[in-house]
Amino acid sequence: MRPDLEIIQRWIEPGSRVLDLGCGDGGLLHYLKTSKRVREIGLEIDPTNILKCLQHGVNVIEQNLDQGLANFQSESFDTVLLAQTLQALSRPDALIDEMLRIGRRGIITFPNFGNWKSRLYLASRGRMPVSKFIPHQWYDTPNIHFCTVKDFDALCAEKNIEIIDRTVVDSQHQGSWYIRAWPNFLGEIAIYHITRKDS
Amino acid sequence: MSNSFPPDSVGLVQPQLLQFDIPLTLRSGKVLEQFDLMVETYGELNRDRSNAILICHALSGDHHAAGFHNSSDKKPGWWDACIGPGKAIDTNLFYVVSLNNLGGCAGSTGPASKNPATGRYYGPEFPVVTVRDWVNSQLLLSDRLGIHKWAAVVGGSLGGMQVLRWAISYPERLAHAICIAAAPKLSAQNIAFNEVARQSISNDPQFHEGRYLDHGTYPKQGLMLARMVGHITYLSDNAMRAKFGRTVTDFEQTGSNFGRDLRTGELSFAFNVDFQVESYLHYQGERFSENFDANTYLLMTKALDYFDPSVDYDGDLSSAFANSDCKFLLMSFSTDWRFPPERSREIANALLKADRQVSYLEIEADQGHDAFLLPIPRYVDALKAYLLGVHEELCDAPRS
Repeated sequence: MRPDLEIIQRWIEPGSRVLDLGCGDGGLLHYLKTSKRVREIGLEIDPTNILKCLQHGVNVIEQNLDQGLANFQSESFDTVLLAQTLQALSRPDALIDEMLRIGRRGIITFPNFGNWKSRLYLASRGRMPVSKFIPHQWYDTPNIHFCTVKDFDALCAEKNIEIIDRTVVDSQHQGSWYIRAWPNFLGEIAIYHITRKDS
Repeated sequence: MSNSFPPDSVGLVQPQLLQFDIPLTLRSGKVLEQFDLMVETYGELNRDRSNAILICHALSGDHHAAGFHNSSDKKPGWWDACIGPGKAIDTNLFYVVSLNNLGGCAGSTGPASKNPATGRYYGPEFPVVTVRDWVNSQLLLSDRLGIHKWAAVVGGSLGGMQVLRWAISYPERLAHAICIAAAPKLSAQNIAFNEVARQSISNDPQFHEGRYLDHGTYPKQGLMLARMVGHITYLSDNAMRAKFGRTVTDFEQTGSNFGRDLRTGELSFAFNVDFQVESYLHYQGERFSENFDANTYLLMTKALDYFDPSVDYDGDLSSAFANSDCKFLLMSFSTDWRFPPERSREIANALLKADRQVSYLEIEADQGHDAFLLPIPRYVDALKAYLLGVHEELCDAPRS
């Protein structure tokens, strides 16, 4: 399992209802379904991934996240997941609102653009960072809304969202004391567990 | 003999007629005292009787879903693309049951059968049957075959509506509901096309108020027209352009003449058949009129028009699914304008609202509504993957 998913699964309660936005091949949902008996639905648009979900026996709906989630009832899930997809959405802020309308809690992971490698790349070369981890050019990238850990913290504050838990790791998904000390500078992947403050 | 069939064909099949001496009360309140169902089966029922799949047919389908009745048959059953050894509905794994619905004209009791009470053809006296009535008769068939729970009930179009009715009325009798290219109810446009078809049949002078068999004739022109208009709704604009635009001379690309191939190469400047598409529709209509009963066509279109499982739930489809514990797989096709993807999404959304387990796929396909009958790779692969999962569940289940 991808190490960020390994971190996420610890936050999922057994027997709960999980909606995974951009569920990929359904690997995480399959794991949660078999090991934690969750009731799962995944949303995905890539046909190859959708087929893999069916092969995994995971419930999958072909649905484009940018067209909204109006077809999901409020508070119909315990946890709504958004793993490595935030930066590819046309309106990430609107989707976060929707996640916390539909689910009691949300889990969001994204690549931290405030990482020192991105800063160094941009500062030294003066060009948009391209790495093994995010290999696209600026013109063909699906990632249209990069943000940093600080940006995301600010958005949560603005939206009155409570951060239950935050883990920031490197590209090998390893945490350490120095990443915890300087998450926005050293962390490559941010993993947030959030909920509405009023709930 | 059988080695002349493709290896992934179920080969020669033999339909069987099952008689039911059980009165069946219909939704209209009328009662059929007895009835026959023509049935075909493929594959073998396992010891637990748990690997059975029921196939529900659409408007003009029947029990002959796969394989061949004679070694000289040119065409296999209507869903041979998906049913056979190693195919999506794998007859090596599943026992597949397909029937001709009540009111049909391929052997099951219908308007072209003789009423045992009078000795005459039922004709227009045959009661209007609904999707619910079909599913009730299919339930009696399940009992007869000793199948307590279907591994899956599968159907496309009007067949998909039967699948939904199964999930609503008898949720404990199926594990999976697979509903393809269907709608939760017809739109005004759908009903309008059906009414044109019905009017063309009933206004044919040979219709004789539905008593044409007593007059030794049938409303050939009316049936032809009905099928022609129906056929147009099964194809997409693109499918027609491709189908009738092959022999392009004036344009470089096949299909770039909008499917306007001429039949003879020149315009007739008379009111004759000029274009290939016209001649194709005539041919399809004519062939259909020779093999299908006009009263059955009227009945089938009425069953479509009347289908709306939400009527018992104040129009709320999701309430209809409140007890549907089976898992659902829904699929639609991008160019289907008869039951477009939005209609399948309505069903998916009602199921989500009802907190049901559902998967939904929207298949990119040029062929319009007809796509559900065709071996479109993504569609067939998805169906196969899903059903392999169904089979795994059966293998994992504790033996009864």
